[in-house]
Amino acid sequence: MTTIKRPDGRKPDEIRPMKAKVGIVPNADGSAMFQFGETVAIAAVYGPKELHPRNQRNPEKGTLRCTYNMISFSVDDRIRPGPSRRSMEISKISEWALEPVVMIGKYPGTVVDVHIQILQANASTRCAGINAAAMALAHAGIPMKDLVSSISIGKLDKSLVVDVNKAEEDWEEGEGATDMAMSFTSSKGKLTHIQLDGHITSKQLKEAVRLGREAIKKVYALQKKALKNVGEEISE
Amino acid sequence: MTEEKRQIVIPGEIIASGDDYLPGEGTEKQGKDIIALKYGLAEEQNRLVKIIPLSGVYNARRGNVVIGRVEELTFNGWVIDVNTSERAFLSIMEVPRYVNKDALEEVMDVGDMVVAKIWEINKRGIDLSIKLRGLGRIEEGLIIKVNPNKVPRIIGKEGSMIKLIKDETGCDITVGQNGFVWIQGDKIENELLAKKAVLFIVEKSFVSGLTDEVTKWFAEGKK
Repeated sequence: MTTIKRPDGRKPDEIRPMKAKVGIVPNADGSAMFQFGETVAIAAVYGPKELHPRNQRNPEKGTLRCTYNMISFSVDDRIRPGPSRRSMEISKISEWALEPVVMIGKYPGTVVDVHIQILQANASTRCAGINAAAMALAHAGIPMKDLVSSISIGKLDKSLVVDVNKAEEDWEEGEGATDMAMSFTSSKGKLTHIQLDGHITSKQLKEAVRLGREAIKKVYALQKKALKNVGEEISE
Repeated sequence: MTEEKRQIVIPGEIIASGDDYLPGEGTEKQGKDIIALKYGLAEEQNRLVKIIPLSGVYNARRGNVVIGRVEELTFNGWVIDVNTSERAFLSIMEVPRYVNKDALEEVMDVGDMVVAKIWEINKRGIDLSIKLRGLGRIEEGLIIKVNPNKVPRIIGKEGSMIKLIKDETGCDITVGQNGFVWIQGDKIENELLAKKAVLFIVEKSFVSGLTDEVTKWFAEGKK
């Protein structure tokens, strides 16, 4: 496989400089910030609390509710505030990525609210959002089986790269723009979410998942360190 | 305070492995390993491994004294917000005086703060009572909100910490398990000093031998 030179000169399996901080929103029950290079996400968790409206309550177990939002100044051309098709999709995706580890079965009729805000975006925003949300959930004292770590894998022509930025996400040369977002349970390495935008062969898909599983080890190490040092900004 | 090694653990982390340990609160056994299910301090006592939570919302327990705010009047009682996921209800049957059903607001109105005891938790929610001494509507004083996980530190071992603050400031202090602290003193200066002391404890909650630290803190403040 010929290696393509990445636009910012990183190695194929090199992640942009990451930063993480826990406890950034004093009012929330739990909060965290996660950063992949220029992509900055913050997450705040409230709950478990009563769910309104009442008809949405689940009497059997608690509900996890994620809200993903990109702030209007997060990209060059201003984003219209308010929910969009894209943000609603990513909210649901984040919910599904986190649900397998969150144990809120003991809190029937309640909701755990996760608010994810993207302050600055340069691709891989959903991955940064999920990483921040996982830390915020742990910080809020929600019972969890494991943490969740997320990473994006891109394809530049034929070669796979870890943690895409905007230039790589839109890499049209060769086989066309392809990128994948995937989340794993941190210590067991089980997939909780995977998305594909573009085309990929089944052989390369397996390779991509293997690359992702390898890369989240670094993400997890940072998440772990940030949670053990609340209030300190940890960079890797 | 026992000098064991306590360490912060995060969900999914292996705290201990081997058959020598038993899983306690906030942990789970998977094969040979004991896994943390919550974020907090791991503590081992007599082979039992448990997690002391550092954050999170208040979990209501029977018998707890809590401080809440009256939210709503119903035909037979008051709905009180005690910062839990469930609804807390105070029935007029649980008030130690005659209540005119047409004028519940004469006893307690929306916005009033009340000290109450949880006497039952059932499917509908929490039932409160104010039939004991020291419970009832708060007439005056200062109420501050702290992290409910720090409440055991404010009270101290067998109430040693709270007694220290009471003696030093001359204020009467009621600590609700849900994280509300009610301070009542004869002078506003004393109340503010007690408030400062409580916030000092919350900030230094992880220090061992905190009672001595607070004694020192009071001595320094007097100079």
